This record gives sequence, structure tokens and C-alpha cells, in this order.
Amino acid sequence: MSSPEQWTRPEPDAGPAATAARPTAEQVIAGLRATDEGGADLVQLLTPEGERVQHPDFDIDVTAEELRGLYRDMVLVRRVDREANALQRKGQLGIWVPLLGQEAAQIGAGRAMRPTDMAFPSYREHGIAWCRGIPPTDLLGIFRGTDHGTWDPLEKRFHPYTIVIGNQVLNAAGYAMGQKFDGAVGDDDGEATICFFGDGATSQGDVHEGFVWGAVYDAPLVFFCQNNQWAISEPTERQSRLPLYQRARGYGFPGIRVDGNDVLATLAVTRWALDECRNGNGPVLIEAFTYRMDAHTTSDDPTRYRLSDELEMWKLKDPIERVKVHLVKQQWADAAYFEGVEAEADVLAAELRDFCVAMPEPPAQRIFSGVYAEASPVLDAQRDEFLDYVSGFAGGEH
Amino acid sequence: MAAPTMDRAGTGGASPTQTLTISKALNSGLRAAMEADPKVVVMGEDIGKLGGVFRITDGLQKDFGEQRVLDTPLAESGIIGTAVGLAIRGYRPVCEIQFDGFIFPGFDQIVSQVAKLHYRTQGRITLPMVIRVPFGGGIGAVEHHSESPESYFAHTAGLKVVSCSNPADAYWMIQQAIACEDPVLFFEPKRRYYEKGEVDTTARPGPLFASRVLRTGTAATLVAYGPMVRTCLDAAAAAAEDGTELEVIDLRTLSPLDLAPVHESVRRTGRLVVVSEAPSESSISSEIAAKVQQECFYSLQAPVLRVTGFDTPYPPSKLEEEFLPDLDRVLHAVDRSLAW
Ligand SMILES: Cc1ncc(C[n+]2csc(CCOP(=O)(O)OP(=O)(O)O)c2C)c(N)n1
Ligand SMILES: [Mg+2]
Repeated sequence: MSSPEQWTRPEPDAGPAATAARPTAEQVIAGLRATDEGGADLVQLLTPEGERVQHPDFDIDVTAEELRGLYRDMVLVRRVDREANALQRKGQLGIWVPLLGQEAAQIGAGRAMRPTDMAFPSYREHGIAWCRGIPPTDLLGIFRGTDHGTWDPLEKRFHPYTIVIGNQVLNAAGYAMGQKFDGAVGDDDGEATICFFGDGATSQGDVHEGFVWGAVYDAPLVFFCQNNQWAISEPTERQSRLPLYQRARGYGFPGIRVDGNDVLATLAVTRWALDECRNGNGPVLIEAFTYRMDAHTTSDDPTRYRLSDELEMWKLKDPIERVKVHLVKQQWADAAYFEGVEAEADVLAAELRDFCVAMPEPPAQRIFSGVYAEASPVLDAQRDEFLDYVSGFAGGEH
Repeated sequence: MAAPTMDRAGTGGASPTQTLTISKALNSGLRAAMEADPKVVVMGEDIGKLGGVFRITDGLQKDFGEQRVLDTPLAESGIIGTAVGLAIRGYRPVCEIQFDGFIFPGFDQIVSQVAKLHYRTQGRITLPMVIRVPFGGGIGAVEHHSESPESYFAHTAGLKVVSCSNPADAYWMIQQAIACEDPVLFFEPKRRYYEKGEVDTTARPGPLFASRVLRTGTAATLVAYGPMVRTCLDAAAAAAEDGTELEVIDLRTLSPLDLAPVHESVRRTGRLVVVSEAPSESSISSEIAAKVQQECFYSLQAPVLRVTGFDTPYPPSKLEEEFLPDLDRVLHAVDRSLAW
């Protein structure tokens, strides 16, 4: 492995790329990466201990009600995530992509958006979907294999999940250019676009091209990178020598590293970034420094490549726990409130389960539907021949 | 440089024949190639510590080190483009593309550089590199994980394209592809990875770029490659129970095509059904149909029929049983051919 000396650090106090750049002595001894150190530039408003700290640039006031709302969002999406994971284990879903640990990054970003803003997710953004008003049951089709996504992307302003790493970043740049060309940018009522991708994705050409396009066209685009420290089995230092948020400088726009396990800080930074964009000062890169607490997907076995000690360290930074502690300390919520949210989560999980097991199988003609906007005679003939074949087959069996 | 057909020393003492899965056979084949030639490097996403999402490279990084088994940054254009550079420098890179649907970010490098450098330099540069692609459907996966993009590459001059269908071929073909002086796209039937078969690691393999008759028959000829070979063998077994003897040919090489065994077979049977998961329009199956009607025009008793995936994007996985050719669709086509 490479030694710390090999790492370039243009900004001395900027913090590690992710990780092994500057591990502590104890971590070296334990064979650990210093993933829990976000560095001096990390924007944080709520410590893992639930203590509210001030930040000179990105502070926000939240009411008790707002903070309770963020807490509730995070608890509910975590519950949806755990339930879907369990449904996969029971054979009800082909695969599930867990968001566990990334609730604050997603709820913070999602709640910073306005209804008129547009979002381009990758495939793990169940929390953003939640904030866009997409019922969790709408996420199941993709993972059960009944559909490629059932929500209306334009109505919800939430693009379909994109699985090919990085593709959506260019699509988002183009959408944001359109917002600009339409004159929908330039004041506080302007529109903005936000695009989600992972630490691994930052190596893809599409993402770099997205940075270039966004910059050259002053696009109202927030690049929101969830650095969850892993791209399947590869740690973030496999993708970059320097902290990811610092890449923005080379493209000519601001890059901010936020504590992605701090919902308040993520909300504050993302709201600021979207406002910059809607006012015509985009783009902005946000690196949400967080951790993938579960496997990459239900098909993955992380014990093959990472130590559980790392997980233990990050458990102490849980995004939900710190908000709960703060709510209690402030006397902004009591036991009855927390029980109420739990009960709500139970209902949501039960609904998800019931919906999932009752999902109808898609009909054979779905294979052929929607390939083109204007019909293709070749495909229509192929469809008719196949449906004919299928019906003959069914008839023969009875 | 090693010739595409190679001899191997005996394994000494123990029986040289082992029962391996396709996945393990590929792993052993890669290992043998790496042992034989220190210039062979393996590169891709998650192939080191994890051993690849299908574990094809399991244990290789541990034994050969991080400079010969590279966990690369996440970018397919990067993987293939740097492999080109390594090959120019004298290495023999073996790139892993994690899933078929993720080869496209690397498409530019494959078509513009991998395929053309030998031609552009008139042989001053050779690119002995392999691009491994787990391909095809049938595993209940989400989008982009079940595609059959082989025709794009067979359509591109300068590339060689092969596909294995069984463990013995997996073991030998990967080594032969690595030994080949030309760039080879190596398509692996991912849904068959865990099927077992006998592998004789000492037997001298036949040539890489050759089709092979796997079952002889008289009534009609089935031609397939990769995952559909098993489907055709099953169909032939089922037909035999009804007294119809089908000949089954494993194409093995998709570019250059080796159709001599197909022509010879069709001249005897008079009927041909081509089976492939890939959509049919402008595809390898079209190419076979065109060539066979040209070469066997007077022998054909029926038009060449094709059983393929449909000309749609790969559907949601709950529909893949309908989308993919199966035993019934193959036999239905055979019946149509016989009744023509
Ligand atoms: C073009 C492409 N190559 C490979 C893959 C396979 N793959 C799926 S997720 C993933 C890792 C992504 O890591 P990151 O960008 O950090 O996002 P995360 O999954 O951690 O949220 C890979 C390699 C893919 N989906 N697309
Ligand atoms: Mg990641």
C-alpha cells in the first residue's frame, strides 16, 4: 500500500482524502483507516454527542418542530430501508441497496430542496425519494424486478434511479443548463438542480465532464457526493489523492465538505448551495462525509474487505442518535413523541411488506411497451408474434 | 510469444482431470496464465481483495500482489485505456468489466484504440489484451446487469470475440485469449458460472477460434454460444426423447466466425435454428443466417430461423423468463423448421 508521504496535500489542514492519508498511530496499529476524521474543513452543526456547535459560514436556525421533522424523516426512511432489506432476505426482492448510515446526508439534502428544484439520484437515494414525496412502495418495483421505476420523473422532479455509475451527472448538467437558458435562474425564486453520486463515481469521465459543463455554462447545479468511504470493496483513496471536495477548485467552483451524518449541517450547506445556484452563482460541489453502515447491496459481503472496527467507530457517529439526544437535551421532544414516531414507522413498514408481497407480476406485453415514442413496425410485429406464441402455449396447457 | 494452441506440462502424480465450475475454471486458467507469463496483469473494479463480484479473480491478488492484480479506480474507459498503454509497454492486460451493461463507458477506447491501433501502425503496435465480460441474463438482476452486447464488438473490425460455454473451454480459452496477439473480447456466461464439468488441465486444447459440434444429429442443426449452448443441449435431449435428433454446435468464436462446421452440418440436416439471448436485429445471429443461406442455399429445406431476445431494452427481471430463449421456444422453432 502507499505510504502517507505519497499523498499530495495542497491545503495543509484540509483533512485526508478519506482516510489512510493520515491515520492515527492507534489506527495504524489496528490496521484501520482514519475514516472518521473529516478534517478541519468539515462543516458540522451537531456533534455526534448531540451538542449544537456554531459555524461561521453555514449556520441555520431550526425550530423544535423542524428538528422533530428531520428526526422523523430519518427514522422513517431507516425503517423503510431495514424493512426492504428484510424483504430481500425473505426472497421478496431480488436485491436491495441499503442507505443505512446515510440518512442525515439524504434527509438534509432532500429537505433543502424546493418543489421546483430537480433531483437526479443514483440508486441509493431512498431518502431523497422520500423527500420528493415518492411513496416507499414505489421503490420496490425496481428491486423486485417488476419495473424500472414507477414514479413520474417530471411530476415528482425526481429522475429515475441511474445504475450506470456517473451517467446521471451529465444529464443533470444538461437539465440545469436548460433551467438557465429558460431564464429560470437569477434571483431568490430561481430553480436549481441537484445531482447525487458516490465517492467511487468521482472517477468516471461522465462526472468530470459534468463538472466541466456545469462550470462552463454557470449551471445552477449542486453536485452532491455522498462519500460513504467505499465503492463496493474499494476505499475512497483508491479514487483520489486529495479530499474529494477539493476537486471543485480545479474546475472553478466552490467545494464544501459537510458532516454527512449531521442532518442540520447538511441541510444548511445544501440550502446555501441551492440558493447560490438559483441566484445564478452555480455550480457547487458538496461532499457529504458519511459511512455506508451496511453491505454495498444485499449481494455483497463486506467482511471480505473491511474491518468491523471501522463500523464500530462510525456507530458512535450515528446520524439519528445525535438528533435524538439534542431533542431530549433541549426538551423539544418527550418519550411520547419518540414512541409516536416508532409507531408510525411500524405502520409504514407493515404497509411496505403488505404491498410488496401483493405486487402483481408484470404482463408479457410490458417487455415491448414504451421502447419508442413513435411505434416501430418491426417491434410491433415481433410483439404480436410473441404474444400469439404465448397464448397458444397457455391454451395448450389447459 | 506463446501460440494460441498450447501444450501444458502434466500436473504430476494426481489425476489431471478435475471437476470444476466455469467460475473456478476461469480462476484456474487466469492463475495458470499469470504463472506462465509475468507480464500478464489483471485489472478491474473490486477484483483484488474482494476477488471480483463473481469471485473469478479470487485469491489472485493475495498470491501475485497489487501490481499484477489491480483494483482500479471506478472507470471503464480508464481500465481499457490504461490497458492499451500497458500493452504497448509490453504487458498482457486482462481487464474485467464488472457487468455487461458497464462496458459502454469503455466503448470509445475499445472501438477507437483497441480495435484500430494495429491497423493504424500497420503492426508496429500489437495489443495482446483481453477484456472479460460476464454477460447475459437469467440471474434476476436489476437493469444493466443482464445484457448481451457482443454484436457491437463482432461488428468492429480489429477485435476478436469469443464466448465459452463450459468449464473445460473456460479454463483453456481464457489462457488462449491471453496468449493471442490480438485484442480479445471474452464473453462469460454469468448465469452458468456455477455449472460443473470435467477439466483436463493437461490435454492439448483445440484452436481458440474454432466452432465445435457438441452433439450430432440429423433432423436439424442448432447453433448457439455462451449461455444458450446449455439451453440447446437440453432442447436436443428433450427432442431425442421424441425421436428427433438435433445437432448442436457451440460457436465459441463470434469474430472471426468459424462457420465451416455449421455449413457442413446444415448440408446434412437442411435446417438451421440460431439461438442467442441478444436482440436479433443486425446481430451475430443475422450474420450467421446470411452466411448460411449463401453457402448452403441448395441444401436448405427451410429458411434459417432465429430464437433470440427481443429488440427491446432488457426488461425488468420478472419478465426475463419470457424474454430469454428457453427450451420451449427453441423446440417451437425446430417444429416450425421441420414443418416448413
Ligand atoms: C459504469 C458502472 N461500472 C460499474 C458498476 C458496478 N458498481 C455498482 S455500484 C459500484 C460502486 C459505486 O461506488 P460509489 O460511487 O462510491 O457509490 P456507493 O455505491 O458507495 O453509494 C460499482 C462499481 C456500475 N454500476 N456502473
Ligand atoms: Mg461510496
